Order: sequence, then C-alpha cells, then structure tokens
Amino acid sequence: MFGRTLPNILAIIFLSGLFIEFAPIEQMTNFLGGGLLSDTLVGAGIGSVSTGNPLISYVLGGELLDQGMSLLAVTALLVSWVTVGSIQLPAEMHSFGLRFALVRNAISFLFALIIAFLSLITLQTLGVAL
Amino acid sequence: MTTSSPQKQKGKKQQSAAGLFIFLAVVAALYGLAFLMAPERAIHALHFGLKMLSRLAPILALVFFLMFLLNMFIKPDWIRNHVGHDSGLKGFLIAIASGIISMGPIYAWYGMLKDFHKKGMRPALIAAFLYSRSVKLPLLPLMVYYFGIAYTLVLSFYMILFSAANGLLTEWLASGKKVRSQSGSTE
Repeated sequence: MFGRTLPNILAIIFLSGLFIEFAPIEQMTNFLGGGLLSDTLVGAGIGSVSTGNPLISYVLGGELLDQGMSLLAVTALLVSWVTVGSIQLPAEMHSFGLRFALVRNAISFLFALIIAFLSLITLQTLGVAL
Repeated sequence: MTTSSPQKQKGKKQQSAAGLFIFLAVVAALYGLAFLMAPERAIHALHFGLKMLSRLAPILALVFFLMFLLNMFIKPDWIRNHVGHDSGLKGFLIAIASGIISMGPIYAWYGMLKDFHKKGMRPALIAAFLYSRSVKLPLLPLMVYYFGIAYTLVLSFYMILFSAANGLLTEWLASGKKVRSQSGSTE
C-alpha cells in the first residue's frame, strides 16, 4: 500500500518545487485588475494551479486585499487553493480514476466561484465590512 | 485461453508497477529539462522540493502509520456500515469531520481513501472528505487575523456546507463510471 502511494507523493512534492520556481504567483497576479467577474475567475484560476500550504494563500490573499483586489477574487483564490488540485490531479486520477478526479476538480472550481459570491452577499447582508 | 491466468496476472502486476513510476519519471524528465535550460533555478526548485519533503516527512510517517493501523483494525463491515452506500447523513458527518481534522497534504490521504473505497466507502464521501479538508482548524487564527472573525466563520460555514454538495454532485456526475479502486486487480 505504501509502495503504491509513495512514488506519487514524491512526484507531487518535486513538481511543486518546479512550479513555485518557474511560475511565481506574483507574476500571475498581474492578470488581476479587470472586472469583478474576470478578477474572480482569475483568482480562482490562480488558486487552482497553485500549490503549497494554505497559509501562503492567506498571506497572499491578505496582501492582495490590501492592494485593492476585490474580496470576491480573494475568496475565490482562497477556496480554490485548497479545493482544486491541478498539481495533484495525476495522483488523484491514478487513485480514483480519471472521471472522478476531473469531475471533482471541475465542481470544486465552480464551487469556489459560488462560495465567493455567497460569502460576499452574506457579509453584506450581515453588515460586515472588511 | 492459451495464456495461463498466473502469467496474465504477472503481466498486469508488472504493468501496474511500471505505471506507478510514470508520474515520477515525468517529473524527473521535467527537472532534466529545467537543468538544461536554467540550471540555477532547477537547483533552487530541487532544494525547495527537498525542504518540503523533510518538512512533510513526519506527517507522511504519521499518515502511513494511521493507514497501517486502520488497515489492521477497521474491517470492511465497519466501513460499509459507517461510510458505505447506506450510511446516509451519518456517513457525511463522519467524512466531513474526518476531513476537517485530517492533517498534511491532500495527496497523502489518497492511498487510505482508495483502500477504504475498496472496502466499500461511498464515492460521495471520498469527495466530501477531500473538500472538507479546505477548513483548516490550526490555521483559523491566521485567517481571523487577516480577514476577521465574521469572514472566517461565514467562509468556513459555506465550505463545510459545500463539502456535502460536492460529494453528492461528484458521485452523481461521475456515476457513469464508479471510482476506480487501483488494487491492481490481482488482490
């Protein structure tokens, strides 16, 4: 059982190293600054292809919010960071099958957008401002 | 019909073992390419990977130990009763709560979930477990620091709620072909 899991884990860890070195998140955030929906999509997109501790997403999200990014985009980034796993997708497909992995990740991406909108509406209804 | 069953099984086993290393081999090839194009950055990436590996080693050891214990003590009957196809709301509550308290990277849990599925765990609960891992209890104070308590509570509430929805929808849409157990078909 361990022998079957370990190669995938090692592959993901070292792929994460390559990703972080060659696709810095700071450069990706340059795509932000457009409309509300496009920013939310870009935020969810960045979160989906990013990897690493969610702690990084909080720090990044907090900084981006300070720089004026919409809460919608930041929320989509935070949610998709931990729910959509593009880097882990090959391992997920290997474990649970192609169809399950693709469907689960696609739904998670869509849910990141829905949760972002619902959270904003809820906070506005409650009269909470960040 | 002329090929004997053990030979077929041996062939499948070898194919399956080779398949395990394909992903790792692709990553190694990417590193090779990176070394040719930008050696310093490739070394930096490798250092990052090694650092991550050393940081995750204790968590991975814990997960593997848990997998070993669960494999020994949790029998298929228990799984079928608690997180099986007829587990209902209780199954979702167990899966979501387990996801929230689970530690380490998501991929460390694939092996255990795959094993549970072989023993009868419902696919919706696998998806719910994976989604509910988005609520990170130890990191909540940091989230409160950056975004405030109201935002943290609202977001956590929706993420827990959508864990069940994600599970049900994934199972429904992927039901054309059930979650595959990569048991190697020889077990």
